[in-house]
Amino acid sequence: MKVSESRRDCLGFLAAFGLAPWSGAFAQADQAQAAIRALVMDARVRAGRVGLEIPPLVENGHSVVVSLQVDSPMTEQDHVRSVHLFSEGNPLPGILTAYFTPRSGRATVTSRIRLAQSQRVWAVAAMSDGSFWQTSAETLVTLSACTEER
Amino acid sequence: MSLPLRLLLTVPRSARRGEIIEVRALAQHAMENGLRHDQNGQVVPRDLLRQVTFLYNGTEVFRADLHTGVAANPLIQFNTIATESGVLTVIWKDDEGRDAQTSSRIEVS
Repeated sequence: MKVSESRRDCLGFLAAFGLAPWSGAFAQADQAQAAIRALVMDARVRAGRVGLEIPPLVENGHSVVVSLQVDSPMTEQDHVRSVHLFSEGNPLPGILTAYFTPRSGRATVTSRIRLAQSQRVWAVAAMSDGSFWQTSAETLVTLSACTEER
Repeated sequence: MSLPLRLLLTVPRSARRGEIIEVRALAQHAMENGLRHDQNGQVVPRDLLRQVTFLYNGTEVFRADLHTGVAANPLIQFNTIATESGVLTVIWKDDEGRDAQTSSRIEVS
């Protein structure tokens, strides 16, 4: 018991300085959260209104189709300003930012992204009234992208 | 570093006024994120398309910032309202601010 406790203490100590043996070159969950914080500043981020479509099981992380749609009337008074996509497990958290206008008609965007490992992907929508909405999706990646040798 | 070799922009040939149409753009580009190594252990230099902008008769209707998480040969698909006959233009910008563009016509009745 004594031994495992000290091991835990040791790992906790290392983790506090970002030296945890399991932290590789990949962004961690808190980096994605920090990126979301930097975007929304002090505003509250509510869950909902954003739809994130991503395959739950990805065979090839080099190219993964994602679809985003935001529930909004898309009028001049009430529309989606932007949608931001963040990764918890890529070397860098940023993936894609899409900017809409009332002329979009429907706030949707589809693209292909890279996933370096199995991870959670976050989508945050910024509305014209200043509110923020988010959702996330978990994916399992078999072949990873980004850092492989070629 | 480099501009896309080939661009595709798919827009419906015709649409009714006020109809929501789907626009799809594809660029042939490696989207090197600067994190990979070649066989000799050298870092492959970063080379990304950073921004893609869509103009409808000169007015911006959609824009996206691309980061390192976007796959090679980036695809962007979105919606816009068919307001008038004219030209949709896609402009891709690389890391150094240079751009490449292509256009497609749409007839709105």
